[in-house]
Amino acid sequence: MTEPLVKVRGLKIGATVYPPGEKPHDIEIVHGVDFDLQPGKVLGLIGESGAGKSTIGLAAMAYGRGGVKITGGEVWVNGRDILQAGVGDVRKLRGGEVTYVSQSAAASFNPAKQIMEQVIEAAVFQGKFSKKEAEERGVELFRKLGLPDPENIGKRYPHQVSGGQLQRCMTALALCPEPDLVVFDEPTTALDVTTQIDVLAAIKEAIRDTGVAALYITHDLAVVAQVSDDIMVLRMGNTVEYGSVDQIINNPQEEYTQALVSVRTIDHPEKKPTGDPVLQCEHITARYKGTNFDVLHDVNVELYPGQTLAVVGESGSGKSTLARVITGLLPPREGKILFDGRELTPDQPSRPVEDLRELQMIYQMADVAMNPRQTVGTIIGRPLEFYFGLKGAEKQRRIQELLDEIELGSGFQDRYPAELSGGQKQRVCIARALAAKPKLIICDEVTSALDPLVADGILKLLLDLQAREGVAYLFITHDLATVKAISDSIAVMYQGRVQRYGTKTEVLSPPFDDYTDLLLSSVPEMKLGWLEEVIATRKMESAGN
Amino acid sequence: MLKNIPISAAIGLAFTATYFLAAIFAPVIAPYGMADIVGDVWEPSSAEHWLGTDQIGRDLLTRMIFGGQTTIFIATAATILSFVTGSVLGFLAAVLGGWIDQALSRFVDLMMAIPSLILALVILSSIEATVLTLIVLMGLLDSTRVYRLARAVAVDISVMDYVEAARLRGEKIAWIIFREILPNALSPLVAEMGLRFIFMVLFISTLSFLGIGVQPPLADWGGIVKENKEGINFGIGAALYPAIAIATLAISVNLIADWVLNRTTSLKGGRG
Repeated sequence: MTEPLVKVRGLKIGATVYPPGEKPHDIEIVHGVDFDLQPGKVLGLIGESGAGKSTIGLAAMAYGRGGVKITGGEVWVNGRDILQAGVGDVRKLRGGEVTYVSQSAAASFNPAKQIMEQVIEAAVFQGKFSKKEAEERGVELFRKLGLPDPENIGKRYPHQVSGGQLQRCMTALALCPEPDLVVFDEPTTALDVTTQIDVLAAIKEAIRDTGVAALYITHDLAVVAQVSDDIMVLRMGNTVEYGSVDQIINNPQEEYTQALVSVRTIDHPEKKPTGDPVLQCEHITARYKGTNFDVLHDVNVELYPGQTLAVVGESGSGKSTLARVITGLLPPREGKILFDGRELTPDQPSRPVEDLRELQMIYQMADVAMNPRQTVGTIIGRPLEFYFGLKGAEKQRRIQELLDEIELGSGFQDRYPAELSGGQKQRVCIARALAAKPKLIICDEVTSALDPLVADGILKLLLDLQAREGVAYLFITHDLATVKAISDSIAVMYQGRVQRYGTKTEVLSPPFDDYTDLLLSSVPEMKLGWLEEVIATRKMESAGN
Repeated sequence: MLKNIPISAAIGLAFTATYFLAAIFAPVIAPYGMADIVGDVWEPSSAEHWLGTDQIGRDLLTRMIFGGQTTIFIATAATILSFVTGSVLGFLAAVLGGWIDQALSRFVDLMMAIPSLILALVILSSIEATVLTLIVLMGLLDSTRVYRLARAVAVDISVMDYVEAARLRGEKIAWIIFREILPNALSPLVAEMGLRFIFMVLFISTLSFLGIGVQPPLADWGGIVKENKEGINFGIGAALYPAIAIATLAISVNLIADWVLNRTTSLKGGRG
């Protein structure tokens, strides 16, 4: 066997934490990880947030982000231990031998410089190519990555290309200096499913054609299964399982890996609509102030008590705007909203308190949906006080009940949001909505910022609560797996129109229209060779192209 | 709370506390009466007169203590007035938006276009300079700066989802301002408060130095510099004491402000 390109032995990484009211102290976040990477191979690092996967990826460039320090172990790249290397050596390594592709290309590109200038920067700086050679190589990479108009796209500025294209430009940037290793840190996580699939295919092809080795970091096992040769499953800084893709996907040994592989298997039988609809949107057309095009065109949907209507679509399809119209934050230009049979006032400030109470909302980012200066008790207690005038012991008792319902203990009352994990935060937001005893809760991408296993827990909780309280959900999401798991009826939105609408079975049964087909086929599946299959068989290309 | 106090903040606290205590208990600790002539002109420091005497023979230490009282009182009161007015209006503008925001913001722009010292000179030439008018004038002139900061901070906060959640719940404007926005805007405001207090001390000292601030026989630090500035020609350092007092007060208040800023931002649940 040839000498591996990267050899990591006993890698330990630590950081200093500053807990309030205590002395700052050091903690260890990666506890001795080993792996080998052969030239031209791809190793997938997978785990939930806090597993240490990005930290390990950056360690391959001898770098620790923020207060993170590499405290022990060896990282051999091209036959030398880069943790012992001098400053000059590390400088040659970064951007020369090892390059990095980050999650958010939009935040990583300098908006004031043309794309080509940034793509060739490292290659020229490292002295690998002259400016002219590097530019030629850049164009060639743009072509290889399937970017439109490869000769001229480099002259554009980052805001002039789409998110998926920019992510591919970033891949070109990383490949430009002919590195031996590229670290991909969640390169497709911020993209729509329909865009993700193209970027994924482009990255995979580029890796194969250039013969570069890669560390591919993601939380999505289905994605990593498409591009990797080997997979390492990480959890809380430890290796859970390390093996070939085939073994991890088809024959996982550890319980945690099995849970990851089988995630999103909640099955939820569709319920028949009963009674009168709780929400009816009739011919909703809406546009934002100061613009001259409609974001929503003639949207008609209905939702029955105790049911879930999933609104699916990619970003820009108008699904969040629909939520804003229903809550009254954006009065529609035409059409009306019936709630429980009565017409709602278009603008929120003039709605009676009772209407506000019965229609609650849960947000995507639980972090910013809770005031960081209020305790959990205050956050949940306020709606009780505001809508029902509860005070003192009565209020405490109800807060306790709600905390029990969301499966958090009594100790959580006095905690601040910063002291909660992502899943716990979202649970508190659910409790806040529930406290108002609403008839309808609008869930705006409530699970998309969460790790898959945690998201599963939240979905199960939502289903339980629905069964118990009979509350209806308008569930906005871009994730079809979530839709399959919890919806009773589905509205597929595309460019502000409802493309397809009906019960879950109707919408998910063929024949499909082209867009629904694209959307359905783009959801990564946990099997090998899925990517190639889809690219070959789908009916339409995503909007990013 | 006082356990892990850093050394710089401790120094700042000690100095500031000394100045404030001296100001509060001025009549008790001052060795002589404020306007009593107790010696010769510009006597050097001695056992009777620790800092010497001033240009008409009053005890300089006594003048400094009473001067500190006036200066600190006016500066504190004006700072509070400026913060209450500035931040309440700034938050209102941010939360309400629309024409209220436009009207307030353009008016503040207009006020800030005129140098505040010149504006103060013009106004003080037409009204009588009493302690009350000085406080109101300085407080309102300075509130434009606080308004700008408060509005900028609150605009950022008011688009957060938790503020939207409060609006959707049907909360009144007072709850949104005082319970949702204020706690999250506190750290930048507190830091600014330390800075503005110092500007107030400098402002009132400048006005008094120009002769239109605190009127004799009342003492204040700027006035003491003015009264004794001729002495510098003769090598008499009397005018330097108030200057040193202003400088040390400025530095120590800022040391505290820094510490408060660090503490509030690292609080559990601090601003992200």
